[in-house]
This record gives sequence, C-alpha cells and structure tokens, in this order.
Amino acid sequence: MTMSRDEIFGQVQEVLVDALGIDDDEVSEEATLMGDLGAESIDFLDIVFRLEKTFGIKIPREELFPAETLMNNPEFVNNGKLTEKGLAELRDKMSHTDISAFESDPDVNKLGDLFTVRMIVNFVQSKLEAA
Amino acid sequence: MRWIWIDKFVEFKSGETAVAVKNVTLAEEHLHDHFPGFAVMPECLMIEGMAQTAGILVGEARSFEQKVILAKIKKAVFFDYVRPGDTLHIHAEIESIAEEAAGTTGRITCGDKLIAEIDLMFSHIDQNLAGKEFPEENFVFTDTFKSLLQGSVFQAGKG
Repeated sequence: MTMSRDEIFGQVQEVLVDALGIDDDEVSEEATLMGDLGAESIDFLDIVFRLEKTFGIKIPREELFPAETLMNNPEFVNNGKLTEKGLAELRDKMSHTDISAFESDPDVNKLGDLFTVRMIVNFVQSKLEAA
Repeated sequence: MRWIWIDKFVEFKSGETAVAVKNVTLAEEHLHDHFPGFAVMPECLMIEGMAQTAGILVGEARSFEQKVILAKIKKAVFFDYVRPGDTLHIHAEIESIAEEAAGTTGRITCGDKLIAEIDLMFSHIDQNLAGKEFPEENFVFTDTFKSLLQGSVFQAGKG
C-alpha cells in the first residue's frame, strides 16, 4: 500500500492532535514539537507508540528522536555544543532531515528545534518506502 | 505500607490484560464530604484505581524489575456516577510496551454500565530519565505490595 505524502501528513496530524491535546490547525509542517506544540519527554514515547499503531511500523525510539542518546555521550557533546563526531552521528541518525541550519551553531539547546512535524512525516515516509 | 486502592484481581493475563475489583463503601470518609448528602466517588480516585490496576499489569510484564511510574493520562472520560455500595470492575489492557515505557487502555464498569474510559502511560523511569539517579530499591513495587498482590493474582489464574 502506498500512501501519498498528504495522506501521511493527515494521519501524523491526527496522531499529534490526540497525543498532545492540540488543534488541527496548530500542526503545520514547520511546527516544532517542543517549542510550538508543547511536547514533553513522555509525549515523545506516546507519539512513537501511536505512530507504530497508525502506520503498522516498528520505530526504535532513538531512531526517530535520537537527542537523548546523543546528549548523554561526552564524545558527542562538548561545552554545550555538538562535536564533529556528534554532528556526524546526528546526520547519520537523522538522514531523513536537513540539519544544515543547526550545523552552523550546534548548540544542544537548539536540538529540540530539529524535531518538527515535517521530520516525523519524512521519517514515516522513509519507513513506509523501506517496508 | 503502600496505599492500595483496589480490592482484588479477578482476571490476570500476564503482559496483556487484567481486571480488578474495587468495592465502594460509605466507610470511606472522603465520601462524606464529596458531597454532603450526595456521596459520589471522586473521578480522580477512579483514575487511581486504573493506575494501580494497569500499573501492576505493566510491572508484572517485566517481572516487577522496573520502577513503573504513572507518566501521562492520555484520556479520561466519565459517563456515570459511582455511589457507595457499587462494585467496580476495572479492566486494563497493555496497548504498547517498550524498554522505556508502556501505554494502556482501560474501562471501568459497574454491572453492565460503562462508568469511565481511561487510557494511561507509564514510564520505566530508570530507562527513561538517563543520567538521573533514583534509589536502587524498587520503591514502586515493595515487598509488602507484591506479597499483597501475589495471593490475588495467583487466585485469578495468572497466565
């Protein structure tokens, strides 16, 4: 079964509306999960569970949201910024997302801004294509 | 001793579903104030009953090795009052379970009547809040708590 990007977006939108108790129109492709939509750490797991169920795919949590694994490794983080190694790891883990803007100032506090609705849609799309 | 808010399990299917019974009695003092002359079970205490039923189901699924903490109330909808003398059946089901957390769905019924639908999320906190240290002993599932449950889970025909 192939789903169009619009169809995937529609279902991701529904997942986020249910998981975060927000309105449809708040879920734009650009919206960041934490900053704009108010997601907290447990919500990320809730979102992962709901996406697995909605799309019938298996999602290792660190694959979709690799921030925590990165932040806890001193090789990847130095002085509040991602190291070259950390950036390489992030590029590898988030191949579905363009992180070039983040690379110019890899402040870990801005890591959250990478997690957008678009990122989830891209991720689901790549998973469905691989299936 | 732990505060136990369910009376016994009547069904327990490891890693899948559980049904617990909660008998509501006017001997519970809070009912005298909630409300004077019209005693109804507070809805937050129905959530507590579900949290204990589903929480034990989630804990047992990992042999009580994880510290299982209620992390999120995904949904709580109430359809009817619960009065003293009512016997509630609290039905919980594991919807998803992973290393870090579990999601459950549930219904509370009184006879044939649907009282509430409550969906929860639990966190296995040691797996989830990396870097934060918690006491080594499992303060959620203490021995007292487990031994109190063993009898009822066993009788309910575990597995």
